[in-house]
Amino acid sequence: MGEFKVHRIRFFDYMPSAIRAMAFSTRTERLALARADGALEIFNFSDNYFQEKVLPGHDGRAVEALCWVGPRLFSAGLNGEITEYDLENLRPRYTVDAYGGPIWTIGVNSQGTLLAVGCEDGTVKMFEVLKERIQFQRNLDRQRGRIISLSWHPSGTLIAAGMMDMIRIFDAETGRATHRLVVDRGAGASKSKEVVVWSIAFLSDYTIISSDSAGKVQIWDGLNGTLIRTHLITKWDVLALSVSQDESSLVAGTSEGTVVQFQFLSSTVDRLDKDWVRTRTFKNHSHDVRALAHTETAVVSGGMDTQLVVRPLLDKVEKNTRESAIRKVSFPHRSLVCCAKKAGVLLFQFPDHLELWRLGESDGYGKPGGSLPVKRGPEKLIQLKRKGEDHICCSALSPCGGWLAYSTVTSFRLYRLLNGSISICKVSKLPKDLRPAHQLCFSTDSSKLFASSSNSSVVVVALNEPECKYLGTLKAKYGCRQPVHLLSASENGKWLATANTDCEVHVYNLDKLKLHCTVPVYGSCPTAMAIHPTTSNLVVVHADQQIFEYSLVKKEYTEWSRRLQKQGLHSLWLERDTPITHVTFNPKNPAHIIVQDLFMFCIIDKSLPLPEAKNVLYNQMTLRSLPEPDRVLHSHGFKICKDFQHLLCVSLLEDHSLVVVERPLLDIVSQLPAPVRQKKFAT
Amino acid sequence: MVEHGDIRVVRRGGSKINFRQPVITNDSRLLLCASGHSVKVFSTSTEECVHELRGHTDLVTGVVVKPSNHLQAYSCSLDGTIRLWDFTDGILIKTYDIGYSIYSIHTSAFHKGVVFTVTSTISDKKSESFQLVAVHLPQSGDQLVKAPELSAVISDVSSNPGAIVFGRGGEYIASANGLHLEVFFFKKQKTYRFFLKKDTKTGGKNTFMCVAAHPKDDCIATGHEDGKIRLWRNFNHQKEYTYSTLHWHSNAVSSMCFTPEGTNLLSGGVESVLVQWRYNDVSQRDFLPRLGAAITHIAVSPDGALSCTSHSDNKITIIQGIKVSAVLQGLVTGESVETDLMVDPRSKALVLNGKPGHLQFYSLKRDKLLYNLDIVQQEYIHELGLQQFKVVKVAFDASGNWMATVEERKQKDAEQELNLKLWAFDEQTQSFVLNTTVADPHESRITAMCFCQAAASQTTMLISASEDGHFKAWQLRRLAPGEDDGPSCLCDFVGAYRGLVPHCCCFSADGSLLAVSFQEVVTVWSPASWELLATLSQPPKAIRNLCFGRLSCSKYLLGTTDDHLLCCWNLLTCSLEWSTSMDISLLLGDPLTENIAAFCCHAGSTDLFVFKPSEPRPVFSLKAVCSGKVTHAVFAPREEMLESCEESSQWLNHSQLYFLTQCMDLMTFTTKAEEEKLMASSKQLLIDDSVAMTPFYLLLGKHRKGESGAAASGESAGRPPLPQGSGAVKELLRTPAHVLPSTSFLCSMFVKSLLVSVGDARSVESKPAEEEMESEKEEEDSEGDMESSASRPERGSLARRSAEPAAPPLTKAQLRELRRVKKLDHSWLTGLLRS
Repeated sequence: MGEFKVHRIRFFDYMPSAIRAMAFSTRTERLALARADGALEIFNFSDNYFQEKVLPGHDGRAVEALCWVGPRLFSAGLNGEITEYDLENLRPRYTVDAYGGPIWTIGVNSQGTLLAVGCEDGTVKMFEVLKERIQFQRNLDRQRGRIISLSWHPSGTLIAAGMMDMIRIFDAETGRATHRLVVDRGAGASKSKEVVVWSIAFLSDYTIISSDSAGKVQIWDGLNGTLIRTHLITKWDVLALSVSQDESSLVAGTSEGTVVQFQFLSSTVDRLDKDWVRTRTFKNHSHDVRALAHTETAVVSGGMDTQLVVRPLLDKVEKNTRESAIRKVSFPHRSLVCCAKKAGVLLFQFPDHLELWRLGESDGYGKPGGSLPVKRGPEKLIQLKRKGEDHICCSALSPCGGWLAYSTVTSFRLYRLLNGSISICKVSKLPKDLRPAHQLCFSTDSSKLFASSSNSSVVVVALNEPECKYLGTLKAKYGCRQPVHLLSASENGKWLATANTDCEVHVYNLDKLKLHCTVPVYGSCPTAMAIHPTTSNLVVVHADQQIFEYSLVKKEYTEWSRRLQKQGLHSLWLERDTPITHVTFNPKNPAHIIVQDLFMFCIIDKSLPLPEAKNVLYNQMTLRSLPEPDRVLHSHGFKICKDFQHLLCVSLLEDHSLVVVERPLLDIVSQLPAPVRQKKFAT
Repeated sequence: MVEHGDIRVVRRGGSKINFRQPVITNDSRLLLCASGHSVKVFSTSTEECVHELRGHTDLVTGVVVKPSNHLQAYSCSLDGTIRLWDFTDGILIKTYDIGYSIYSIHTSAFHKGVVFTVTSTISDKKSESFQLVAVHLPQSGDQLVKAPELSAVISDVSSNPGAIVFGRGGEYIASANGLHLEVFFFKKQKTYRFFLKKDTKTGGKNTFMCVAAHPKDDCIATGHEDGKIRLWRNFNHQKEYTYSTLHWHSNAVSSMCFTPEGTNLLSGGVESVLVQWRYNDVSQRDFLPRLGAAITHIAVSPDGALSCTSHSDNKITIIQGIKVSAVLQGLVTGESVETDLMVDPRSKALVLNGKPGHLQFYSLKRDKLLYNLDIVQQEYIHELGLQQFKVVKVAFDASGNWMATVEERKQKDAEQELNLKLWAFDEQTQSFVLNTTVADPHESRITAMCFCQAAASQTTMLISASEDGHFKAWQLRRLAPGEDDGPSCLCDFVGAYRGLVPHCCCFSADGSLLAVSFQEVVTVWSPASWELLATLSQPPKAIRNLCFGRLSCSKYLLGTTDDHLLCCWNLLTCSLEWSTSMDISLLLGDPLTENIAAFCCHAGSTDLFVFKPSEPRPVFSLKAVCSGKVTHAVFAPREEMLESCEESSQWLNHSQLYFLTQCMDLMTFTTKAEEEKLMASSKQLLIDDSVAMTPFYLLLGKHRKGESGAAASGESAGRPPLPQGSGAVKELLRTPAHVLPSTSFLCSMFVKSLLVSVGDARSVESKPAEEEMESEKEEEDSEGDMESSASRPERGSLARRSAEPAAPPLTKAQLRELRRVKKLDHSWLTGLLRS
């Protein structure tokens, strides 16, 4: 596997933001997730839960509710505005003020024609969904007290709205309130406190299910307005509800971090009358579960502890397969760290600032596995605060450490770093074509900057001291609209590879500024790619953990790639649940490919045989215990190191030392606010 | 050696009543539970044992009420039979012979004429695997029926009857074993199996412990090793089954039961708390804490009014609502009896470890717990693996005035804690009262303790021997009333011998000699002067038991050694009289005779020899008394001497020998004659507890007995019974007062009828009449005084003489009863007459 001097970095204080709302679209199998800082993330559930798109946050935007209308995504927040998003350009398309104070909830009818929002002032406002915009239609009967939650009946004729201490049922056509269901307050001291109906669900059989701040999940008859059943599931709040598509199961998330499942079961085998019965309890969170989605096969939950948890329902999936494993998404599926290989400088990207660090140095020698004495500690060079209210969406540092660029949804900025990256000055004269970008990349010799912009195009800018010159725009073909999320330039400056969320990988010839070739489209989204410095082979890793090597010269898959596809990857490799986020190469050994995900990094040695199904994949420890001659027999091409966990970046510097950026989950947990106090047995 | 056919080893009292789940009858009046080789029927209101259904020849492993007739019950046993009983009258109706050992029995109303039993798998008896078998009970009038029709239902079930349950009127049966749950639907003949992982990452242990099925819904509750309860639903789908989890218990859930309406689920475990879960709202639960010991079984009566819990300390608690209404306590034997068996000289009760930290006083004669004495006087915490104070030694002095106890607590790191407590008998409270506590009497564990058994000295002497190499003599002195509380317990002497560890100590019968064994050396001391009189030794192995001979054999000292030698020393010559080689585990002297009992371990089973030290031939020997080693036994003095003239059974005349087998069953030896006597006495009249206990009831009960008594002696006396009179009385008592005619009218009618009958009696025979007159007079003298007066014995003998010619001889007690009844009856009549 080889020996490396490792810079083990734990000073990247990245803190993900709490999850606020979720919406799952069954049609597109995509989950939209809103975080507390206003950022939106789109996960593709059909493609290994890959985080396809990230819409950066905005200071004034607090998303309280999300809603899919077909392929369109709407959000509403406490700023009182309804926003529709442009998912191709990763930015809000437009906002509409509802003029009703903060909006707590949003819901669309099953036909997708009307959008209802619940406002602080007690009104439910209806908006008509038009092709390009939404238009206010009317108000339903105004109530005293805010509308916290609402749910449409699938027929679209009734709306149930959760308020303080009660639930109102409205006739959607006339706008009249037809029923008033009074929700009990909690017992004891909380008797004097108003109970908040946090979430509500209206089922097609006119059953209403509500969850409230007194810890109850209540089942109501929506036609007669009577209470059928009360399930007390926690002492604290029940914040979220989600019903499965076939209305046979529902989940409720509590402040304790538990998710409780209810199922619609018949009491005996041969009888038809069914009842909602509390069944399973999942405890995957330490803090409030704020958002829930019930997909066909899984319960998706997220909350204050910033993790997205996909818990498959074992009765719906095949047991002991990839599908039945629980998945936790705690870090973005893209790199937030940029490493200047020549200068030994790291750039950390935060939503509201950038940090520039110089790596420490050591001149000692030590045993493998030991730690070296540090001669010069790491140094924080620059902290660069962003301008404006929009959060940083992407950033890049040139390999020489002389240029720094970042972009938000509205602006693009380029800086020149001088005197060993200590002083910084903004490059003011930028070409007009350099618009806000989705992804940034410098060429290896730091002479060019590539910025991906709308419609999968890439702007190429030559970096010169007094002025930056626009060289041209690389365009794949007409009709390609998805944003580019990966950019990779070759070492020799000849090629540039781009990948977009439509799974297309294009390679451009930078000399001619023309499309060189398009890699055959594979069904899964690329998560990382890189061009080999000497052989000019493009290595692409996809969300389903497949690895391809494509020869740019021959415009075909290489021999090794074909062999890999023929034999298939090891099942344990395929079962890993975090995508590969980084690919680099070892300049000393051209046969080595270094790939990295959250829990391991792996050196793929193309000269060694591939692991077969019967081989042990994680064999580094056993190899070490074997005598020298036997090692060759047992070794295979995938050399996996799990010594470092929660890896955000693994990069090989020019001096052949390895930079490993870790962000232990425990550090994140320790920074979270205290969870609700619970009595633990025997404490 | 001759095998003595007429002496048998039997279970007599003290058997487990918590072995299997008890059954409450439909009317909630009786409770049936398996107890050793028989089934006991208790009254739920009075706690009395109403019947003991005897007949099985091996351990009874299950009792169920017959679903089609709620006045009959099936019981099954390891002897391979199912017996059908009429439990209200205690009659065996039928015996079905299955031919295989039965481990549990299940019935359901859905299956008529079929019972389900758990038997061990026939093919291979070595590995412990069991199967559920349906037994078709043939319809036949015979007493003993063979049931050949067996059909396997579920293979690989648990032998624990709590792990198999019928659901929803018997439409399906659920069985849990190890880590899988199996549900078999009878209608569809389909089986569904559900598996759990052994351990979860969070430390859960998923092994199934018990199962309960909801009576109306399709819901199965399973209890697990880590204290979780899972409610399974939708289990008629292999894939889409679902369950919810309830968690309160911190240790394994040992038993669960749904109430008949299905509104509540009861569960219990080591915590000894009965938890009542609402089926519809599982977040609400009620608790019944402090039930005393770990719950092993829970049962609910069919009407739901009563529930009962069996506990690990051989107790059944009957619970009404969520309140304890009655407690049936059996003999507590636990896993180990550290105190050995003792007999309290005063109450003749068996004394041994009872509840944790307590001593129990158990009356063997009445088969009932007398009381528990709290020795440790500390709260017992119900948690597994906690080291708490244990009572390890107990000793009584000859008169029963003093009791000494030793308690110890062994902790892993800390030093051992020892307490010697002395208890004096308090005449007023009739129980032992703590007199002195000696903290740390020795530096190490106490190995033996004994009182000087000699009677009538001012002070009592207690010897305690310890592993620290010393034995100490303690002088006890009862404080005179005037004295203020000076020390009543003084350490008189500390003895040691060459730094060896003393193991046994024993006083001679007259208290003049004390023998203490130091490993292989026996030292004999004089307690008066604390002189070492002699040393006796039988190298090379250590002495295991020591015992002085008694009465005519008091010059002998017996000892057993670790290398299987039984030695008898003559104390007059200080030499070895005889020795023989046998592996004796326990040597025990009868305190009333010179007999010595020796339990001898031989080839995995225990033989018993009873001998006199002076005679070469054993008085009695019995091979293979029980399997395993016997380490605890006691001679309990009889209250009435047995008059057996057979040589072999004479040793049982004065006292009875009880012993504990390895599986903690209390056994005893009985002769044939004794057994017959017992059988006869068991056919006694029972109090019908349906009638309330009122003065009228007493009157009536006596009256009825008098009738039967009179009927027995009536022929000889030639006196006809009083049918009209008693009938009229009954009528009178049954009819409500407000519908009766006026009293004067009634009275004259009564008097008339009674006069005639008395006149009849008189005309036929004058003697009884005279007696009656006599008794009437006496009645006037002492109103209501039932005690026999001075003239009573004479009259008794007179009556016997008169009865003798024709009737079989009646016992004195019966006659007395008869007399009393006659007197009572007529005194009442005189009362009527006078009015």
